[in-house]
Amino acid sequence: MSALPTAQRVPPVPTTGPAPRAAGSPAGEGRGRRALLYVLLVVGLVLVVGPFAWMVLGSFKPQAEFLRLPPTWLPETWTLDNYRRLFQNLDFPRFFLNSAVVATAVTVGNLIFAPMLGWALAKLQFRGKRFLLLLVLATLMLPASATLIPLYVLMSALNLVNTYPGLILPFLAGPLGVFLTRQLFISLPDELLEAARIDGAGEFGIFFRIGMPLAAPVLATLGILTFLGSWNSFIYPLVMTQEPQMYTLPVALATFATGQYQADHGMLMAGSVVLVVPVLIVFVLMQRWITEGVATTGLKG
Amino acid sequence: MAGRDVAVGVPQAGGRTGGKHRADGRLGVRPGGSTLKRDLTGWAFALPFVLIFAIFLLGPVIASMVLSLTNFGLRDLRNPLGVSFTGLSNYAALLADARFWTSLFNTAYFVVIGVPLTLVLGLGAAMALDRGIDRFRTLFRVGYYLPVVTSIVAIAVVWRFVLNPDLGLVNMTLAQIGIHGPDWLGNPALAMPSIIAMASWRNLGFAMIVFLAGLQGIPRSLYEAAAIDGANRWQSFRNVTLPLLRPTMLFIVVITTIGYLQLFEEPFVMTGGGPLDRTLSISMYMYQQGFTFFHQGYAAAIAWVLFLIVAAVAFIQFRVLRSEA
Repeated sequence: MSALPTAQRVPPVPTTGPAPRAAGSPAGEGRGRRALLYVLLVVGLVLVVGPFAWMVLGSFKPQAEFLRLPPTWLPETWTLDNYRRLFQNLDFPRFFLNSAVVATAVTVGNLIFAPMLGWALAKLQFRGKRFLLLLVLATLMLPASATLIPLYVLMSALNLVNTYPGLILPFLAGPLGVFLTRQLFISLPDELLEAARIDGAGEFGIFFRIGMPLAAPVLATLGILTFLGSWNSFIYPLVMTQEPQMYTLPVALATFATGQYQADHGMLMAGSVVLVVPVLIVFVLMQRWITEGVATTGLKG
Repeated sequence: MAGRDVAVGVPQAGGRTGGKHRADGRLGVRPGGSTLKRDLTGWAFALPFVLIFAIFLLGPVIASMVLSLTNFGLRDLRNPLGVSFTGLSNYAALLADARFWTSLFNTAYFVVIGVPLTLVLGLGAAMALDRGIDRFRTLFRVGYYLPVVTSIVAIAVVWRFVLNPDLGLVNMTLAQIGIHGPDWLGNPALAMPSIIAMASWRNLGFAMIVFLAGLQGIPRSLYEAAAIDGANRWQSFRNVTLPLLRPTMLFIVVITTIGYLQLFEEPFVMTGGGPLDRTLSISMYMYQQGFTFFHQGYAAAIAWVLFLIVAAVAFIQFRVLRSEA
């Protein structure tokens, strides 16, 4: 994905057309347009944020209020009952833990293994390098669903269904981190590494002591995107967990929402809040790193 | 130690850094840097990625091709190697399977309407943020991007309630202006459009962020030049912005299409593929065959068809959008 928005050719600007008129529009017209744009953007924002507000407010409503017509925005009686049932009757602390363990392990793996390959592709000379680069590119294009069935068969054969390793292992090193770090490592001056080599540093020492610290900002982006991707992932853990105690949060929520609790508005809203709010907090605090990472690599977490 | 000695032939064609840090160029002249050692070092760095790739990606891709040629089912999970081969019969069965064709049609419907809609909404938001306004940019950018980082399962759960015919946010709002809203997800004609609307709502933020990066790469001087030449807003959009955004657009179209072709969570949570299979997607059908009916061989064949469609569509999009540029 490296060849994308950076290199842009400049097309000829059309020189035909009506005779030149005064550049720029009258100030009044500009102000009116701007006001209209703000209105449109605010309406859009309300449409985007509305369902989130509905979710959060709904999670504090007693079930009876959901059935009342016409529906209301604000809860008339605020209650924590939905959360209580979520955490006491259902095993949401466990699901939360499962999601956290899996996402953390996947993130740590990607923060070590992906930069290693990124470094090799950027800074080392060896046979097979071009092949490896193509291989990483290929993984980007491969839809996850193509491997779902055989992965399930493989994991069953290895007795890894319903285990943490089964949920973690296939995602320990993804192409996103390889591209992000390779791009950064290429920009490092070789003289730096050469000096370290002369001082007798080993290749792994150079990577860990020089390369990794310099990659810190990129690693932050990579860490956040990887964590979010793993936290939100669904179809794989859905297939790979059959015992409720191994459910991740999205699997648990989807299972309850399509099963016996499907009419339980309040509890499902509360479950969504538990799944979404930690992510929203991380996102709002670190949005610059996320949106810049996405803009440069174009990968959703 | 020369910065760039291009004169020296470097075997690795792809390596942009090739030969930079080595005046002697050819492999293995430097003490302690024999060819073998360099290769071993390189592959040692690559090893974790390569292992995971081989075991959990390449292996399964090949296995899924083999699987699709068998009648693999529940009983074979105990003894995968004892499965019997049935040749192309799964693929033959697929061609005659009406539900498979339904899932193909539904997925195509979702992609053909959903991708352009997402693209246009994202471009509109990006242009408004890039040029139209000067304040609260971050607020809008973060706001529009929120659904992208949010779990699609949670979004689907919440939207199921938002679209609830009697108790939902949408019909409640419609009721206030005197319109009796329909049963969005229960009506066979409206279920897929509702899911398309939700997917576009969720993903426009992604298109917006990437378009913003693209727009910021367009030199302002080009717009000034266009204005001097008498171009109006539409003309400068048509002749400056669009052509220069083409690489960005290609990128968003490919990524969004690949994602949309794998439509799964929305129908899984919101409709179960119904009503009347109107939201049954290819992935959804694969999941049903593989994990509800335990026809894994058949499901693998569906996965392969999906994979080929993804690859073909990505290839065609690259071709078309590249050549038009």
